[in-house]
Amino acid sequence: METALIILTDGLVYASWLFLISAGLTLIYGVLRILNLAHGSLYALGAYAAASVVLVYFDRGLWPLGSYLALLGAALVVGAVAGPLIERGLLRWIYGRDPVYQLLATYALFLILEDLMKLVWGVNPYYAYKPYGLLGIVQLGGIPYPGYSFLLLGVALLAGGSLYLFIHSTRIGRLVVAMIHDPEISAAMGVNVPRVSLLTFTLGAVLAALGGAFTAPMISVVPGLSVEVIVLAFAVVVIGGLGSLEGSAAGALLVGLVRSLMVHRIPALELFAIYLVMAMVLLLRPHGLFGMEEVRRV
Amino acid sequence: MKLRPFGGLILIAGMAGLGLLLPGWSRFLLTLALARGLLVLGVVLLMQAGLVSFGQGLFFAAGAYAVGFAARDLGIRDAWLGVALGAGAGLGIAALTGPLLARYRGIFFAMLTLAFSMILYGVLVKAYWITGGTDGLRIPPPTFLGWSPPEEHLGSALYLFTLACTAVMVFLIFRYLQSPLGYTVRAIRDNEVRVEYLGLSVSRALYITVLLVGAMGGLGGALSAMSVGHIDPNLAYWTTSGEFVFVALLGGTGNVFAPLVGSIVFEFLRTYAYKYIPYTWQMGLGLIMLAIVGFAPGGLWSLYELITRRMSGWMWSWKRGA
Repeated sequence: METALIILTDGLVYASWLFLISAGLTLIYGVLRILNLAHGSLYALGAYAAASVVLVYFDRGLWPLGSYLALLGAALVVGAVAGPLIERGLLRWIYGRDPVYQLLATYALFLILEDLMKLVWGVNPYYAYKPYGLLGIVQLGGIPYPGYSFLLLGVALLAGGSLYLFIHSTRIGRLVVAMIHDPEISAAMGVNVPRVSLLTFTLGAVLAALGGAFTAPMISVVPGLSVEVIVLAFAVVVIGGLGSLEGSAAGALLVGLVRSLMVHRIPALELFAIYLVMAMVLLLRPHGLFGMEEVRRV
Repeated sequence: MKLRPFGGLILIAGMAGLGLLLPGWSRFLLTLALARGLLVLGVVLLMQAGLVSFGQGLFFAAGAYAVGFAARDLGIRDAWLGVALGAGAGLGIAALTGPLLARYRGIFFAMLTLAFSMILYGVLVKAYWITGGTDGLRIPPPTFLGWSPPEEHLGSALYLFTLACTAVMVFLIFRYLQSPLGYTVRAIRDNEVRVEYLGLSVSRALYITVLLVGAMGGLGGALSAMSVGHIDPNLAYWTTSGEFVFVALLGGTGNVFAPLVGSIVFEFLRTYAYKYIPYTWQMGLGLIMLAIVGFAPGGLWSLYELITRRMSGWMWSWKRGA
C-alpha cells in the first residue's frame, strides 16, 4: 500500500516536471508551427538565473520563504527577456520556411545559447539547494518524502490551471486557439498574427524558464542541462499530440506514472520508459493522444 | 547529374594521392570525414524523400559496436569483415525499425528516429557488462586479409580502405538515385498522394531507402570506429545525429558529392575551431548554421554552382570577344 502511494506520488511529481518543460514547447509549436530545439536552453537559462538569484538572496540573509518568489521572478525575467529577443531576432525570419530549415535554425540557436551560458556562468556547478530544504520532510504513509516535491506539483498545477483559464476565457487566449487551429483563416479574420506569435513564444519561454527555475534547487546546475531536457520534452509533446496543451498534460501524466512504476518495479527499464510509451502511443494513434489528423492535399 | 566513370576514377586517384601526401593528422581527419560522410549521405538520401532523420547516430553506433564486439568477443580484427559486420548491423536495425519509420512523415519521422537512437544510447549506457558503459570499448588496429600493416602505414592503409568503401557507396547511391526507385522517392517528396495514385508503393520505396541508409550508416560507423580506435555510447546520442543533419545542410542536399565535401569541410572547421576558439566553437558552428539557413540554403554546393555558372558565363563572353 505504501509502495503504491509512493509510486503514485513519484509519478505525479515527475509528471509535473515533465508538464512544465513540455507545455511551452507544444504551445509554441501549435501557434508558430516551429519545433523549438532551443526550448531546453530556455529551461537551462531559467535554472542558471534562478540559482544565481537564490545564492545572492540567501547571502543577503532575507526572509527564507521569499526565495520561492525569487525563483518565480527569475523565471519571469528570463522568459520575458529571452522570449521576445529570440522571436523578434530569429524566428520571425523563418516562419513558413521548410521545416528542415526551421529545425536547423533553432538547433543553431541551441548551440549558440549553450556556449553563451558557459561564457556567462562558467562550467562549475551551482548549488542553490537552500529552498529545497526549507519545506522539510513530509510523512507519506510512514515514509519520509521531501516537501519540495509537492511545491513542484503545486507550481505545475498552478501553471497548467492558469494556462487553461487564459486560453479558454480571455480574448487573446481564444485568438491563440484560433491560430492553433488555422493560422491562415485567423489572419484573414484580422488576428494580429505577429503580436499573438510574440506573446505565445514569450509565454512558452516563461514556462520553460519556470521549469528550470523550480528544478534548480533540486539539482546541481551544470552545463548540458538543456540537452537532456529537450529530448524528454519532445517525447511528451509527441505522445500528447503536437500543439495540444491537454495532450501534453496527459502525456506527462502517462509518462510520469509509467516511469515511476518502472523505477520501483523494473529499474533496468527506467531509462526507456518514455520511449516505450511514445512508441506504443504512436503505434496506436499516429498523431498522438490529442493530435489532429492533418489533411492530405493532392 | 551524369555519371562520368573516367572523371570518377580521376577523382578517386586524386583523393588517394592527396591523402598520402598530406601529413598524418590531416589524413586522419580526411578518413574520419569520409566515414562520417556516409552518415551525412544517408541524411541527404532521406531528405530527397522529404524526411529529416535526427537519429543517424542509431546506425552509426550500431556499426561501430558491431566492430567493437567482433574484436573483443570473437577476436575478429579484419577490416573487411569489420565493415561487413558494421553494414550488416546497420541493415539489421534498419530492417527492424524501418516498417515503423516508413509510416511517419515530417516532425514525427524526425522524433521517431531520435527516439530510436536514444533507446540504443540507453541500452549502451545501461548494459555496461556487455558494452563497457560510458567508458566504451577499445578497438584494436585492424588487419587487412591477414596483412597487419606496420604502425607507420596503418593510417594510410585505413585511409585508402575508407576511400574505397566510400567510393563504392557513392557509386551505389548514384545508381539508386537514377533508378526508378530513386525517382519514386523524390516524387514522394513532391506529392505523396499522387505517387500512390500512380500505383507505386510509397511505404515500400521508403522502407528500401531506410534499409540503404541503415547499411550505409553501419558501414560509416565501422570505418570510423576502426580509425578512431575507441567507441562510446555518445555515438548514439542525439547531438551526434544533429551534427550529421548540420553537415548535410552545410554541404548541400542536391547531389551525392555535396555531403562528402560538407563532411570534409566540417571536420577541418571543427578542428580549427577547437584550436582557436576552444570555449566558443559551438557558438561558431551555430552562427555558421544560421548564415547557411539565411543566405545559402543550398549549402556550399550551391555556392560552387553559382561560381561555375558565373565562370562559364564569363568564358562565353570572353570567347565572343565581348
